[in-house]
Amino acid sequence: MNFENWTCPLPLQDYPSVVIGHGGGGKLSAELVEHLFLPAFRNSVLENLGDSSVIAAPAGRLAFSTDSFVVKPLFFPGGSIGDLAVNGTVNDLAMSGATPLYLSAGFIVEEGFPMTSLAQIVQRMAAAAERAGVQVITGDTKVVERGHGDGCYINTAGIGVLADGLRIGPALAQPGDVVILSGSIGDHGMAIMSVRESLEFETTIESDCAALNGLVADMLDASADIHVLRDPTRGGVASSLNEIAGQSKVGISIDETKIPVKPEVASACELLGMDPIYVANEGKLLAIVAAHAAEAILARMQAHPLGAGARIIGMVTANHPGMLVAKTGIGGTRVIPMQIGEQLPRIC
Amino acid sequence: MKYVNEFRDGAIAQRMASEIRRIVTRPWAIMEVCGGQTHSIIRNGIDQLLPEQIELIHGPGCPVCVTPLELIDKALAIASLPNVIFCSFGDMLRVPGSSKDLFRVKSEGGDVRIVYSPLDAVTLARANPDKEVVFFGIGFETTAPPNAMAVSLAKKQGLKNFSVLVSHVLVPPAIEAIMSSPINRVQAFLAAGHVCSVMGYWQYPPLADRFRAPIVITGFEPLDILEGIRRTVTLLEAGEAKVDNAYARVVSFEGNRPAQKILEDVFEVTDRAWRGIGTIPQSGWRLSAAYREFDAEQKFQVSGIETQESALCRAGEVLQGALKPNQCAAFGKECTPRHPLGATMVSSEGACAAYYNYGRFITLEKSAEACPVP
Repeated sequence: MNFENWTCPLPLQDYPSVVIGHGGGGKLSAELVEHLFLPAFRNSVLENLGDSSVIAAPAGRLAFSTDSFVVKPLFFPGGSIGDLAVNGTVNDLAMSGATPLYLSAGFIVEEGFPMTSLAQIVQRMAAAAERAGVQVITGDTKVVERGHGDGCYINTAGIGVLADGLRIGPALAQPGDVVILSGSIGDHGMAIMSVRESLEFETTIESDCAALNGLVADMLDASADIHVLRDPTRGGVASSLNEIAGQSKVGISIDETKIPVKPEVASACELLGMDPIYVANEGKLLAIVAAHAAEAILARMQAHPLGAGARIIGMVTANHPGMLVAKTGIGGTRVIPMQIGEQLPRIC
Repeated sequence: MKYVNEFRDGAIAQRMASEIRRIVTRPWAIMEVCGGQTHSIIRNGIDQLLPEQIELIHGPGCPVCVTPLELIDKALAIASLPNVIFCSFGDMLRVPGSSKDLFRVKSEGGDVRIVYSPLDAVTLARANPDKEVVFFGIGFETTAPPNAMAVSLAKKQGLKNFSVLVSHVLVPPAIEAIMSSPINRVQAFLAAGHVCSVMGYWQYPPLADRFRAPIVITGFEPLDILEGIRRTVTLLEAGEAKVDNAYARVVSFEGNRPAQKILEDVFEVTDRAWRGIGTIPQSGWRLSAAYREFDAEQKFQVSGIETQESALCRAGEVLQGALKPNQCAAFGKECTPRHPLGATMVSSEGACAAYYNYGRFITLEKSAEACPVP
């Protein structure tokens, strides 16, 4: 799909920017649906345009998740808010072992937001949904007054289905389990930092934003002995592993030297005084699996494009429950705590 | 990362640690002056590699930590004023004043911005002639040159809406104060490499001589710090109170002369209060008379600030090596990075915060078990 040369369909060309009326439920709203959302997300459920979408109940159990997206800037190297809005919710569903099926999409758009930017976001969402194999079956748009929003916010909710008997959750890590990381960390967070206002630095870092449901399906195919899956988004690997240690009441030991970090990400972190272990990822997962299944799962991950860099980084232990402990590069140990808030660049 | 990874090599670190074990014959108390070194020591577990005889005392070289509470309250008051854009480096935003921090001021409507260089604040001032732009200029000799540059540039450009809230502090007077303290236990110093990259180390031989204490200019990576310790122990064991430079790839004896020149022009030496220690004579910089118009304290007469430090906090003793952070009764209980009672818990580079963040209050005897890595 070519986003750059996309041109507005005729009725939308009268409005190069979003106006309040586009969220008002009248003719302008209808035009937006008819000429922008429907063509992008087209599927038989959405086409009914009812107040709610009706779908057949799939067999098994349902997984349900929601997430809101407020990223700044809206377009960044390797992705956009549209990619995040689809992949984020797809990944949340996949982390319970579910197969994601349907999404909702709620847009809160600021008055004056360029129509072509909105269209690009929608096109990217549609492409991401297609890649992830999910359908956007219901949606909503509201427009807020100029100055009351950062251009565009998106909320997505998703429904997935998972087989009876599958038990994956953050409280299920057991001593002796192995911790696998699917690839290099910090790409998304540093890609965003590199284009933040007042901090632009030249780099080739791109966000790793991707839907992980295909990778998870392969892993489950290799073995069902997966106890915990987690996508280390905000707060990075450190926060995810701390949460798992807390919820499972176990300790987690990792070897810092086994955690892959791309050289350009490592350099950017070094420059800003940040620790990549706390930096956000949008296309990586942590898996805590039974030791006997680790090699089989790892091999399947490495055979998938999104898990090519997968590595075993540590293990679950009965010692130091609730805590994440790392062996450092020079052979010392350190506790890796939760952060209070965002990481802040240091003075010196 | 060239010039970084080489200095983090695990195998060489182990060899250097065993060399230190080989040469040490009795107990020594060595202070690393800089908070960046404290952070690196605790983060990498450098102290865990050292022989028992070597005690590292974590010094006062964390600018965020030693900035007096009163000045932070002033910053909060100025940042809350309408028509002010208050600019700061990121890690000052979470530092609590008496009742709130800069994040809270921001949430209450204050225009608080994180900048990555003081020159960004000058640019903001030029772009917003109807606003007052204030930069929070704290730090040791390391951060002083860019701050001086910003003030000098603002003067050249004739900016009337730019000012700096200055609280610069200096290392040599702090070393003097520590060595003169009746409770001092420090026998040698790892001097802060980045401070010396600006100032050189011509100020140190008289101090080493006067207090009979070796001073070794030391960098920040694990191997830099181990090399600094190795040279310090060598000097201590030989009874030599000399200055040595273990960070020669960055630091020269005379330092960065152009930087020193602009510092002499923009700043003048003044007495400074250090949080947790008290006032040290001639231990800081303030704007010199020619640049006083850029002094935010003069421009914004913020009055009625009353501060009270916690009676439980023993940061002063920690900063002088008389107490380990986890020996303080309030450590990890009343006092945490989220609710710091004093200087050393405030910034990630403060000794108490470093101990807290890296779990140095928990016994981890079994935590170093090997990971099943293929």
